[in-house]
Amino acid sequence: MALSVRFERRATTPLGLRVIVLSLAVVLGAFAGGLLVQASGYSALTAFSAILEGSFGGTYPISQTLAAAIPLATIALGTAVAFRVQLWNIGGEGQFYMGAFGATAVELIGGPAGWPAIVLLPAMMVGGFVAGAGWALLPGWLRAWHGVNEIITTLMLNYVAVLWVNYLVYGPWKDPAGRNFPFSPRFPDSATFSRFGEGQLHVGIWVPVVAAIVLVLVLARTRWGYELRVVGENAEAARYAGINVRSTMLTAMLVSGGMAGLAGMVQVAGIIHLLNGQLSTNYGYTAIIVAWLARLHPLAVLVVSVLFGALVNGGFAVSQVGIPQALGGVLQGMILFFVLGIGDLFTRYRLRIVSLPSTVTAAAARGTST
Amino acid sequence: MAAPRPHRSEEAVALVGIAKAFPGVVANKDVDFSARWGEVHALLGENGAGKTTLMSILAGLYRPDAGQILIDGEAVTFHAPGEAIRHGVGMVYQHYRLVASQTVAENLLLGLPGVPFRLNAGRFIREARELSERYQLQIDPSRPVWQLSVGEQQRVEILKTLQRGATILILDEPTAVLTPQESEDLMRTLRQIAAEGRTVILISHKLEEVRGVADRVSVLRGGSMVSAGLPIGALSARDLARLMVGEDVPSLRQEEQVARAGGTRLLLQDVCARDTRDLPALTDVSLEIAVGEILGVAGVAGNGQRELAQVVTGLRRLTAGQISLDGRDISHASARTMVRLGVAHIPEDRLGEGLIGNLPLTDNAVLKSYDRPPLSFGPLLQVQRVVGFTRTLIERFGIRGARPDSLTRLLSGGQLQRLLLAREMALNPKVIVAVHPTRGLDVAATQQVQEWLVESAREKLASVLLISEDLDEVLQLSDRIAVLYEGRIVGCMPARGADRGQIGLMMAGAANVAAGVS
Amino acid sequence: MTGDLVIAICLAAIASGTSILLPALGEAITERSGVQNLGVEGMMLMGALFGYIVDIQTHNIVLAFVAAMVAAMALALIHAFLSITLRANQIVSGLAVTLFGSGLTAFIGKPFVGAQAPVVLSRVAIPGLSQIPVLGQILFTQDPIVYVSFILVPLVWYFIYRTRPGLNLRAIGENPATADAMGVGVASRRYLYTLVGGALAGLGGAYLSLGYTPTWVEGMTAGRGWIAVGLVVFGTWDPLRVMAGAYLFGFVDGFQLRVQGLGSTIPSFFLNMLPYLFAVVVVSLSSGERLQRRLGIPRALGLPYWREERM
Repeated sequence: MALSVRFERRATTPLGLRVIVLSLAVVLGAFAGGLLVQASGYSALTAFSAILEGSFGGTYPISQTLAAAIPLATIALGTAVAFRVQLWNIGGEGQFYMGAFGATAVELIGGPAGWPAIVLLPAMMVGGFVAGAGWALLPGWLRAWHGVNEIITTLMLNYVAVLWVNYLVYGPWKDPAGRNFPFSPRFPDSATFSRFGEGQLHVGIWVPVVAAIVLVLVLARTRWGYELRVVGENAEAARYAGINVRSTMLTAMLVSGGMAGLAGMVQVAGIIHLLNGQLSTNYGYTAIIVAWLARLHPLAVLVVSVLFGALVNGGFAVSQVGIPQALGGVLQGMILFFVLGIGDLFTRYRLRIVSLPSTVTAAAARGTST
Repeated sequence: MAAPRPHRSEEAVALVGIAKAFPGVVANKDVDFSARWGEVHALLGENGAGKTTLMSILAGLYRPDAGQILIDGEAVTFHAPGEAIRHGVGMVYQHYRLVASQTVAENLLLGLPGVPFRLNAGRFIREARELSERYQLQIDPSRPVWQLSVGEQQRVEILKTLQRGATILILDEPTAVLTPQESEDLMRTLRQIAAEGRTVILISHKLEEVRGVADRVSVLRGGSMVSAGLPIGALSARDLARLMVGEDVPSLRQEEQVARAGGTRLLLQDVCARDTRDLPALTDVSLEIAVGEILGVAGVAGNGQRELAQVVTGLRRLTAGQISLDGRDISHASARTMVRLGVAHIPEDRLGEGLIGNLPLTDNAVLKSYDRPPLSFGPLLQVQRVVGFTRTLIERFGIRGARPDSLTRLLSGGQLQRLLLAREMALNPKVIVAVHPTRGLDVAATQQVQEWLVESAREKLASVLLISEDLDEVLQLSDRIAVLYEGRIVGCMPARGADRGQIGLMMAGAANVAAGVS
Repeated sequence: MTGDLVIAICLAAIASGTSILLPALGEAITERSGVQNLGVEGMMLMGALFGYIVDIQTHNIVLAFVAAMVAAMALALIHAFLSITLRANQIVSGLAVTLFGSGLTAFIGKPFVGAQAPVVLSRVAIPGLSQIPVLGQILFTQDPIVYVSFILVPLVWYFIYRTRPGLNLRAIGENPATADAMGVGVASRRYLYTLVGGALAGLGGAYLSLGYTPTWVEGMTAGRGWIAVGLVVFGTWDPLRVMAGAYLFGFVDGFQLRVQGLGSTIPSFFLNMLPYLFAVVVVSLSSGERLQRRLGIPRALGLPYWREERM
């Protein structure tokens, strides 16, 4: 008899275990981050109290945290849809920019024409969604019909989208009254979301909340949601059942791009109130991580986005006490490493000590002698 | 390249008391096998007889649960294929292990000991060419592998094995992918390799091929060795066929046969189709199944069974011919149309194709009917009804211990097949296409599945196309039997009074011997 | 356009292109082994910062470049551990590397922002060769790192296509199961080449902070790491084509700067789109299976490898 320790694939992963693992990863990530802060000559205690204070300590910090979570959550909801059918849409960044462009295009028509907010804002949402979806159309079609790697195409189109928006704000859409700054004209009030109180939190918060609820229902209670599930888990079985795998993939990609586009609209209408070339601080990329940490579940996306919004905001708070703002990004990375490292290991596998059957041991012993 | 070393024993290989089980399947039971230096030794048996497993043990891919391996009289234990190669055992698998973008010469060099840091392309290409010419395995060493035909790729595999100094060469069904001319060339090469004093072990189920090339033959059936090392000269094709498929088994169902209730339901006329590699898989297949009839298709897997099931269920395009259901042309109907017309399909690969392991039972139960009332209303899925429907299936088909929200992959093999059948039967099908429906099931589940199939035909008047490599099953359940060989129907006969030996011959491609049966 | 302008643009093109060429070359090697590392941007930043810090501390530029490579390799090692040993999702792991690298460098580098690096790369005219009209001026009045890249690219090409380890490298990226069966271990080689990719990304990063724009600014790579990832696809994993792509990109970059200097701003955005759109076209055209094989695209890219476990 011999004992051997091995990892076995788990049959199922209890939800409780996932929550524990994520929490553990957050704690370990924070601990490692704390060591780094301490090693750099700052006080970890000061840093963490500043983060908590700055992200959740009062109505203004909470408002800022939630405002930062809005684009992350909206993009991540779409990313999660694409990931569910094994499509790696990492073009959220570009689709976000295109959404802002689409919304601004609608605003440029409706604003001067004096459309009321009740008409203009929904029209801008449609414009944003359509432009974002349109930006995902080519990669989605290439992937579903011709097997072209969507990671590369979506990634490359991000740069094109950013350049396109820059072209507009440096060129034809530049505000003539803007003293040569690369901005579009400021949106009229009818094209902006109203704010809650002093912070940046705006009515657009309802977009990801409503979208998440709708998405939960769509995934669980519609034929399309069912088809996504089947195609994502087993495309072979989907084909066997007569499901059109290609069009399911394409629609998932379009919804994914559309959500990122909607996020772009919400950002320009809610926070920036104009179009410029620096709309996003890597929201599209961070949203991928949010979606992944939330295990592609819409409601979990909301929760994780708030956590990441808090880290973005906490970064700003630590800079007030003399610690570099980038601590927020460091912590995001650390948490992610720990989730990837320990998280996957313990949610997908279980540690088991097994005794080897004696025949195998004997055979192994013989093997060494030959 | 190592020349065959002087031998200590007359026997190149001896396997003693080999046993090997995989979860749920016993592949080999107490198998003894031996092969001599300088002979071509055929290992004959039906699919699933345990041939490949036995030889994979010899080649170091699997470790036996019990038993001993002797190479040239010396007991050895292999932990990896590399160790077997060092003892001169090389195996050419059915799935080639080649790097497609690399040239033939590069593939020959990969992992070869003693290759210098700098690759001198000219020298290695020259050496590869010399080797290929010596064994008449014509191949251009400078061509990339992806440009080669399957037959050429096989030659590269054989060369790779020889170059690594294999003195015992195992080939697993090598001619399954070859043209007749290529097969002939290969057989000549194998004879030449044996004439150099090496041992060739040829896994096959083709009788003529075995008779043409082998010196001796061993036959496996159901994991056991039924005859070891018989000289080939003493055996007729009929003897071999009988050894391979076993003695006659009394049919259980023939007495219960009812008269055919109605006219033709499913009609295939001169159907042709290509496989995934775009090679012809079905050629001029014509079949007719009456209302309430079970037509069994016998044959060794890989002779077009998969494609036959796919064309009837709308999963594969016909390249020629016509299929009609109750007189309606369905040659180009989609998979979904087929489902709606009442064509049920029990696929070969239960968990890979028929069911989705990571989804709950509910999602699997409604796979074929989620898209229309009563389970959906417009774009909406009627979740309550889906759960109710699943519960009904679980109860009616006795899927014990399962709940609608259980994960499907946690079910046992028998439970999985019950779930799959339950779903398909719930369609009230006119036609049931069942591919290897009882493979890997225990006795109870096998019996249940068979009873359901017979009941569907007898009582619900479904027409069943039963595709199985288990000849006993085909004989027991079918009203008529067709034999599929290399994509063609080589014979069709009533099950009552069918001669097992003759079917065996036809399955093994000895159609000329069986002439006059159809 | 005058000849001097052309020479100026080409000089700028090579300098700008080199900062992308080195990481792209490294990523090409990593991806050839079957590991996709989307952390190039983060690794470049590590290289840029640590090269810069060591330069300030020691005034030794060689040591600075070594430190840059080591720092970037540390991040590559995390990616290797997560994606090879733990078989985590490579896309997410690579993104985590970029996220962490950007955050960490911004955090540590805060006190250094804006200062000039004390010892920077300077141009060295190669005697003789630099006297060749036009071409000599463009190619042989560059800094040492550019010369290193001139040597490195053909060397890597030779390594991949003409040596035994190169043969193994191509095999583990395309068909790891076959390589493993032939006795070519997969995991250790994937580790090695992921680290090589990290080292070259670090070199490229330090080239930015010690040569191209000799200072440290947060996020100073400005997406060059991502462009490098795209260039690998553009160059179909071939060092020579990657080099051509990097210089094409550098040329467009330099051209656009000059054209802007001449007063016209608008076309530069469209010119800048060209490399990306070009990459999309190339990837689309190269998606056919036959073409992929012809080009030797690593087919096991991004997939963790499990040995067949049926013993």
